[in-house]
Amino acid sequence: MAIIERPSSEVTTPAVVAPSQALGAIRRPVATKGWREWLFTVDHKKIGIMYGVVAMVFFIVGGVEALLIRLQLALPDGRILSADQYNQMFTMHATTMIFLFAMPMAGAFANYFLPLQIGARDVAFPRLNALSLWLLIAGGLILNASWFLGGAADGGWFMYAPNSGPVFSPSNGVDFWVLGLQIAGIASLIGSINLIVTVLNMRAPGMTLMKMPVFTWMILVVQFLLVFSLPVITVALVLLMFQRSYGATFFDVSQGADPLLWQHLFWIFGHPEVYVLILPGFGIISEVLPTFSRKPLFGYPFVVFSGASIGLVGFGVWAHHMFAAGLGPVSVAVFSISTMAIAIPTGIKIFNWLLTMWGGKIWYTTAMKFAIGLVVLFTIGGLSGVTHSVAPSDTQQTDTYYIVAHFHYVLFGGMVFGLFSGFYYWWPKVFGKLLNEKLGSWNFWFMVIGMNLTFGPMHILGLQGQPRRMYVWTEARAGEGLFNLGFWNMVSSIGSFILAIGVLFFLINIVITARNGKQAPADPWDARTLEWLATSPPKEHNFDRIPVVHHLDEFFHRKYEEDPNTHTMRQIATGEELIRAEEAAADSDIHLPGPSYWPLVLAIGVGVLGLGVVYGTPVMVFGAAVVLLASFGWVLEPSVPEAIDYASPDGDGHSKEIATHG
Amino acid sequence: MAETATHTDHAADHGHHSSTGLSNNKLAMWLFLGSECLLFGGLISTYMLYRGRVQDGPHPSQIYDIPFTSVSSFVLLMSSLTMVLAVTSAQRNDDNRTNLWLTVTALLGATFVGGQVYEFTTFYREGLGFTTSLFSSSFYSLTGFHGVHVSVGVIMLLSTMGIIKRNRITGNKSEVVELVGLYWHFVDIVWIVIFTLIYLIPS
Repeated sequence: MAIIERPSSEVTTPAVVAPSQALGAIRRPVATKGWREWLFTVDHKKIGIMYGVVAMVFFIVGGVEALLIRLQLALPDGRILSADQYNQMFTMHATTMIFLFAMPMAGAFANYFLPLQIGARDVAFPRLNALSLWLLIAGGLILNASWFLGGAADGGWFMYAPNSGPVFSPSNGVDFWVLGLQIAGIASLIGSINLIVTVLNMRAPGMTLMKMPVFTWMILVVQFLLVFSLPVITVALVLLMFQRSYGATFFDVSQGADPLLWQHLFWIFGHPEVYVLILPGFGIISEVLPTFSRKPLFGYPFVVFSGASIGLVGFGVWAHHMFAAGLGPVSVAVFSISTMAIAIPTGIKIFNWLLTMWGGKIWYTTAMKFAIGLVVLFTIGGLSGVTHSVAPSDTQQTDTYYIVAHFHYVLFGGMVFGLFSGFYYWWPKVFGKLLNEKLGSWNFWFMVIGMNLTFGPMHILGLQGQPRRMYVWTEARAGEGLFNLGFWNMVSSIGSFILAIGVLFFLINIVITARNGKQAPADPWDARTLEWLATSPPKEHNFDRIPVVHHLDEFFHRKYEEDPNTHTMRQIATGEELIRAEEAAADSDIHLPGPSYWPLVLAIGVGVLGLGVVYGTPVMVFGAAVVLLASFGWVLEPSVPEAIDYASPDGDGHSKEIATHG
Repeated sequence: MAETATHTDHAADHGHHSSTGLSNNKLAMWLFLGSECLLFGGLISTYMLYRGRVQDGPHPSQIYDIPFTSVSSFVLLMSSLTMVLAVTSAQRNDDNRTNLWLTVTALLGATFVGGQVYEFTTFYREGLGFTTSLFSSSFYSLTGFHGVHVSVGVIMLLSTMGIIKRNRITGNKSEVVELVGLYWHFVDIVWIVIFTLIYLIPS
């Protein structure tokens, strides 16, 4: 049932053939072509690509929502959206960008490259990996289905009470929001456990923790943040669901509830979530900057430990989102100081990146430009972030555009630029073709200029007091001269369209590259980490033989050797030669996990179960039945291959074959 | 038999050694339980915040039947003992005893859930509905969540037993039993915390 490397003819008794009886009720799917191949796959690379596609679709959806917001605010008395539509628009823009674009896109990179970077053939739990993807899609669909089923959520992305209650949000939008996020949360939780186990347990021989690539390290930190923060938001969401659908009053202050309970639960999750979003970007540029500076990363252990300490301290700063709530002087002082403290590890990282570039022979590829863009823009966002740690100043800025400016600099300038850097850096690895550098340059400059025009003026708007969620502004109150709100709102709106054109260049670049892109060489960037020891695109089993690791930047050290006299590095092999050598020494009978129906079925069941909260008990019971059925199907599925799975042993010994039986 | 076991071990981790020495399944279970700690942490915090807010409904001290709940707690704690016996039997490869102790554990767990159902109905009759007060909502949410966890555990125990009986287990048998055991002990330990905080410490 599984996909297996054909055993070489010398192997008389196949080493990994399973007990002869088929154990499952239903055989595993074996399709190797068409839509079935993608629907039932458990291959971490295919799942990674699907994560990427889904995230990109939601990036466009969220982007269109943002453009509508900017259109509404471009001129006084905007009439593009009603107040109600505007509320839905900013709520769904934030929710989509955070939960359906940023996290899944980081998940796409993590899924694809984590096993490759640690020298593994798949993740620890391939079927759970597929389940995460399908649950994410189920959650995303439920979230966005609300647009067509009576209106989307409109309480702002942190959904404070009483906005989340039935008085201010009478439509089902918040219910769909709650359900969608719960399901997407389960997806992330499963994914994070899976990736942690993969990194801790499946590293290639010799790869100690301190020889792992920084990207892998940062993803590991992110997964720990998720494992311990997601359950808290789950509790908050469940309580909100009980309130909205089953009559409880957890957040209803008029019934004696505590107004701060939701805020605490939300931000105990919400602040670690901020680092969940940014650390993958940090990880990506920690790979890109050394490669294109042609120097090792400056202070590897500092980058790793500062990443880990950002994660740790990130759990102790949540109340800085609540300075305006009146927590009392002691809490405010503690959270102010911890917030300032988190700037230290972040600053360490910035200096490490600068010193990585210092004295390097910098190669200004698009990937490198985006990475440098991240360092600059994130620093701006980080500095305005430090101003928020000063509670008196923050109290003034709370819920103004100054906050909006800050988090777009760190999230767009930080995370999105990191992801784009990753696209250009790893595209040849994933698809075997180089993205067009000229279009890439257009893409970069439009995005940099657009993003600064969009979010830069928001600092001014915010300090002038424009509230964050105001749906319309009037000329009469716009002010005079340099601080005229109308002027800066217009600049910001124009900027957002320049930004959108930048993204459009990227989409055009994808299409052009797919049609007639240049075939990428095996090692186009003279890269440093293990994923480049696989072919581009990698084979289904990743590595022909599991690499044995001796160094940090193992791939680089296989290519270069230090000259003992001059202490310079000289090349001893090209990447292509190394890959060919691996192919020549390939393992025989490589066992890969087989495709499965159950992740998809289970995810559909969970989605239906969730919809039951809105559409009544029968729907819920049906969903639960599907979940139960799928769970048993999952458990009883044969986990080991059968003799029939091996293709006949003639022909060349190492070509990959997938048994077509069944 | 031994050879089959090697094959399945091999397949379970896809031909890889494990860097930590722990199996993938066990590491994942520990991480899941770590995550669960925060789930119950959130629910317990909510309960602690709201336990005094009874509005017009009954006060905790008026309805809690501490002797009854102590007995059902004792039953649940004893199920941890029988779970340990099931795991050791599985490690000795003694299927009959494994199944026996799994059944006993499941029965004890089911008894606890039955006790909870009885308790909930009694409370409801005494005027403590889910929406009566903030106290009642948070009480039912917390203990209900725990009850669902125990019920899922009972299903897992019975399924494990059924699968062992029909010799359909995929992977390492004693480890599967051990994993179910880890979950079961966790649910027990959480109950010790809940029982202490809800019933024993007066609000």
